[in-house]
Amino acid sequence: MIEHVAEIAAFSGYVYPNETVVPWTVLITVYPYLTGLVAGAFTVSSLYQVFGMQRFKPVAHFALLTSLCLMLFVPMPLLLHLGHPERAFNAVITPHTTSAFAVFGYAAGFYIVLLMLECWFVFRPHMVQQAQQRSGPLGWLYRVLCMGSYDVSETAMRYDRKWIFALAVIGIPAAHGLHGYVGFVFGSLKSREWWSSDLMPAIFLFSAVISGTALLIVLYVVSCRLRRTVIDLECLKGLAYTLWGFLMFTLVLEGLEFASLVYRGREGIDVIMQYVTGPLLVPFFILQFGIGSLIPLVVLTFMISQGTTGRALIVGITVSAVLVLLAVLMMRWNVVIGGQEISKTGKGLLTYHPLIFGREGLVAAASVLAAPLAFLLLMVRLFPPWAEAPAASASPSPHAGAR
Amino acid sequence: MKQETISSLVARRAFLRKIGRAATCAGAIATAGALGVTQKVAAKSEPASSRGSFPTPDYDWTKRRWGFGVDATKCIGCLRCVEACKRENNVPADAHHFNTWVERYVYLEGEAKARVDSQADPQNVAASGSEKEYRFDNRYQDSKVEKAFFVPKLCNQCEHPPCVQVCPTGATYKTKDGVVLIDSKYCIGCQYCVQACPYGARYFNVRTRVTQKCYWCYHRITKGLQPACVEACPVGARIFGDRNDPQSPISLFIRNNRVQVLRPETGNAPNVFYVGIDKEVG
Repeated sequence: MIEHVAEIAAFSGYVYPNETVVPWTVLITVYPYLTGLVAGAFTVSSLYQVFGMQRFKPVAHFALLTSLCLMLFVPMPLLLHLGHPERAFNAVITPHTTSAFAVFGYAAGFYIVLLMLECWFVFRPHMVQQAQQRSGPLGWLYRVLCMGSYDVSETAMRYDRKWIFALAVIGIPAAHGLHGYVGFVFGSLKSREWWSSDLMPAIFLFSAVISGTALLIVLYVVSCRLRRTVIDLECLKGLAYTLWGFLMFTLVLEGLEFASLVYRGREGIDVIMQYVTGPLLVPFFILQFGIGSLIPLVVLTFMISQGTTGRALIVGITVSAVLVLLAVLMMRWNVVIGGQEISKTGKGLLTYHPLIFGREGLVAAASVLAAPLAFLLLMVRLFPPWAEAPAASASPSPHAGAR
Repeated sequence: MKQETISSLVARRAFLRKIGRAATCAGAIATAGALGVTQKVAAKSEPASSRGSFPTPDYDWTKRRWGFGVDATKCIGCLRCVEACKRENNVPADAHHFNTWVERYVYLEGEAKARVDSQADPQNVAASGSEKEYRFDNRYQDSKVEKAFFVPKLCNQCEHPPCVQVCPTGATYKTKDGVVLIDSKYCIGCQYCVQACPYGARYFNVRTRVTQKCYWCYHRITKGLQPACVEACPVGARIFGDRNDPQSPISLFIRNNRVQVLRPETGNAPNVFYVGIDKEVG
């Protein structure tokens, strides 16, 4: 029997014979999820670096490092998905100018370089200090990373800050462009009514910002617990406000998109309605909209209006952030898988069954999601991103803190 | 009486001799003429992938403008075309990968919408007993059928192919003669083209790990042969030819009929022209 990347999809109604093998698997839901987290985390870092919002200082460098760690793994789900990953560079060597996908190599490459540069400038004082103090392999590593630049004088720092500002400014359109383009990949296709929407890039962007902010909230709270440090409530509140505001935009855009789809009522809408009220009821209305979006919105609104503070605020914000992370994951799933479960015939529905193991299975997808977080764990040890880190002379030492 | 018999025998012998000579001459001419044909037939039995000269070196793609017609009023749903195509083009021998397929539309009495299925429907596969041979089952035997017809489907080789538009590497491209090809040695297997095709004509071949689809048997038509499905069709429901030639079957088909294309609203401008399809066919 022929080995498939996914199980043969069961179907009802009429679907084209070639549709029973779902082309884009769970890995392609992970891909926009990762790029979204990158864009969102970078937004938070920019709020401090570019817009000078001091309340985000405690997480600004951490956000940047998170963004880099996630971005390094963005090509992973795509490479795992490709039939011929060894030919991946064909899209870069001979890009087809009319293809949205052809942009990926350039956009991702540019953005990774930008992130690495910005991280280099941000963590340079730490690297210089470590390169001078440490011996052994770690000292060697820091010395290589310093690239011969050991000047940490005030003049040099001023120069670095200029670079950081410039890179952060360029990074905003780069990060959002990279993610908006992912929305375009889906929204520009006229073959699927579920995807074909001008609002798709905007929805992807706003959901990216909320997912990245939510991830930072969770990681910040968890890291503070691990480091046994006090959570900066002003910072956390700032993150919660960001989450709250962008969550509203996201919900409005998603609502508008769905409303236009139903209102236009083009060919195939009967099947789409049958789908959203049937198989998609739980993942779309309950998980994505209800539990994932409305509950956090209500909780955050309540806490902000009531002036909740202390432990209740931390718990409320963290729970909301976890729910938003779930909502955005479900949104990616509902777009990518949902679009493919509605047949192009407009006369039938398919059911995608992901494989557990294998190159495009659930385990692979979960690993791709977990890998950047594991890498981040290593990176925060090498480059302590916490606000107190630059004042290394103060006790406790940042390295000990990271532990 | 005997004399007569002998003379008639001589005459018959002379006649036969003449016929023999004529036959020899005709044979010689036929042999000479058939040489070309034999070469073509020999080429036919070779899979395209095994040939070093693909596409045919002496073929000029600027001279042709291929077109395909489907006369749905003639199709009897025998599915010989599907089987011929599978063999000719190394299409995976299962019920989930097809370069061409046939849809059955059945309007039962009192029902507003057509019931649609194809040979890939599990019930039809069960009726055939094999995923390699195809037939439509008799599920409507005891129903009151108001209207029913078959619609063969294949790649439309669109004028503005969305699959080509989205291909990130340019591995899939439109030739000068109008056929959309895939360079299987350059395709990265991202399957964006599979998503972009509104007709479901493309699929991912797990064995080669690249996308595959109907290309109107390009390896055959560039040698002067007909696509395998056209050749296999017993009723002439599939029409193929060069639109640059006003007397070609496809030119005549388009000129003499009021033809339709599938999903014209997409702007893809398909190059498969249909006669005898109904409102629900898309």
